[in-house]
Parts: sequence; C-alpha cells; structure tokens
Amino acid sequence: MINWFHFAAVSRFYPLAGRLIPWFYGAAALLGALGLYLGLWLAPTDAQQGEAYRIIFVHVPAAWMSMVVYMAMAAWAGVGLVFNSRLSSMMACALAPTGASMTFLALWTGALWGKPTWGAWWVWDARLTSELVLLFLYIGFMSLHASIDDVRRADRAAGLLALVGVVNVPIIYFSVKWWNTLHQGASVSFTKAPSMATPMLMGMLVMALAFWAYCIAVALVRVRSIMLAREQHTAWARETVRSA
Amino acid sequence: MNWASWADFWAMGGHALYVWGSIGMCLAAVLVEVLLLDHRRRELIRDINSTADTDIGESDA
Repeated sequence: MINWFHFAAVSRFYPLAGRLIPWFYGAAALLGALGLYLGLWLAPTDAQQGEAYRIIFVHVPAAWMSMVVYMAMAAWAGVGLVFNSRLSSMMACALAPTGASMTFLALWTGALWGKPTWGAWWVWDARLTSELVLLFLYIGFMSLHASIDDVRRADRAAGLLALVGVVNVPIIYFSVKWWNTLHQGASVSFTKAPSMATPMLMGMLVMALAFWAYCIAVALVRVRSIMLAREQHTAWARETVRSA
Repeated sequence: MNWASWADFWAMGGHALYVWGSIGMCLAAVLVEVLLLDHRRRELIRDINSTADTDIGESDA
C-alpha cells in the first residue's frame, strides 16, 4: 500500500509533482487535439442548431471543470482547516486561478452560444447567474487570501470562504431542474442514457478528459511555485532551486 | 468527415464568430495561464538564487 502521508511533506510532494506534470500536460495536449478533431471535424451538423452547437465541445468541459475545481479547492481548504496542514492550503490556493479561468470560459463560451441560439449574450437565468456567483466566489477567495499578510491566517480565512461557497455548486448543477431556465437541461447525466449522437458524445467526453488533465497539470505547476515562494528561506527550497 | 471544403469548415455554417470565438478564447486562456506560470516560476527561482545564503533557516511558513 502507498503511504500517502509520505507525500504530505512539502519537500517530498514537490519532486513527485514535478514528475507528474509532463504526463498531464502531454495527456491534455493529445486529448485536446483528438477532442477538437472529433468535435469540429468529424461530428455531424446538429439538426436543430446547425454548427453553433460545436461550442459544446469547450463549453461543457469548462463548465464541468469550473465546478469540479471548486469542489477540489474547497475540499483541500477544508482539510487544511481541520488538520492545519500547509500542503492542503497550498493546493487550495493553486486551484483557485484555474477554477476562475474555467468559470470565465464557461461564461464566455456560453455567451457566444447564447447569442445565435437564444438571441441574447446574457440572461439573468438561474444557471447563468449561479455560474457568475461561482466566478465571484473564486475572485473572493483569491482577493481575501491576498489581502491578509500572515499566510496561515489567510489560508484559514479564505478556506472558510471556500467552504461556505460550496453551497453554490449544487445550485448550479440542479438549477436547470429546480427553476424554469432558458438554459437547456443536462446533455449527459448519471441516471439516463445520453441524448447525443455518438461522435458528438465522444468528442465531448474526450474534451472533458483533456480539460481534467490540463487543470491537474497547471494546478501542480502552480502549487510548486507556491511551495517555493512560501518556503524560500528553507534549506530545502535552496537545494531544490540550485539543482533545477 | 463532415465538411465539403476548408472554406466550409472555417465558415461554420455562418456561425464562425461564435464557434471560433469560443475555441479561440479557450486556447488564449490556456496559453496565458501556462506562460504566466512559467514566468512566475523563473522569477521565483531567480529571486531565491539571488538572496544570500545566510537567510537559510528563517522559515516564514
């Protein structure tokens, strides 16, 4: 069995993350290229929406990751609060900018999809509004963390904000069921067979995997920088930098 | 293959602005994030290398 606590020490996690990064970057590039090829080149035109539907191949993965990254960020923040473990809070900090980027992309691609299909860039619909709240939660987390000089206090305060904000994630996910929204229902769900044609579904799932790999890669790159920055006065950080 | 020609592909059935605007922004966001992370890492390594070795041991974590 792997002893996970072995990697809980910053000095041990740093080289492990370094070895993983190229694999996740590579997977993201390969899957992204394959997903775009499937989605943009091979997948047939949609009977109702014409070609505009192809935005789905980036919109849905970005929207999924905006929620997944938030849950991961809040989970690490929670672990950091409970166990007072530095690495957990660093992970939460490393995920926030990527989550914010995914949320922005979900909103941006959504606006570009909304215009040709609904006739509006933006509507104050439950799905769109709760996703916008998610963006503000990410920005709030980063601003709060940056505004407190003592980094351990910043971890606790921002961590608490991240945990409180978790309530917004199920609201986003179920908003299309709970309210009458202009936004369409889930294209893929755990409970019923997908309502999409196979090449479309394949393209979307491959793109989702690409986004997963990308988010993990950049979060690992960022957490390594956070580790170096926070521990720059330690012998460990010096040796690491010198051998880099 | 879904397209009759490259021109068809780029035109996206008249929705080129929306489709390519979405894909383009995603690629731009990825590029910016990767470059910023790389820049930050280089800067950090340079800063740590340029500070005196006598600072070792003063952990601020």
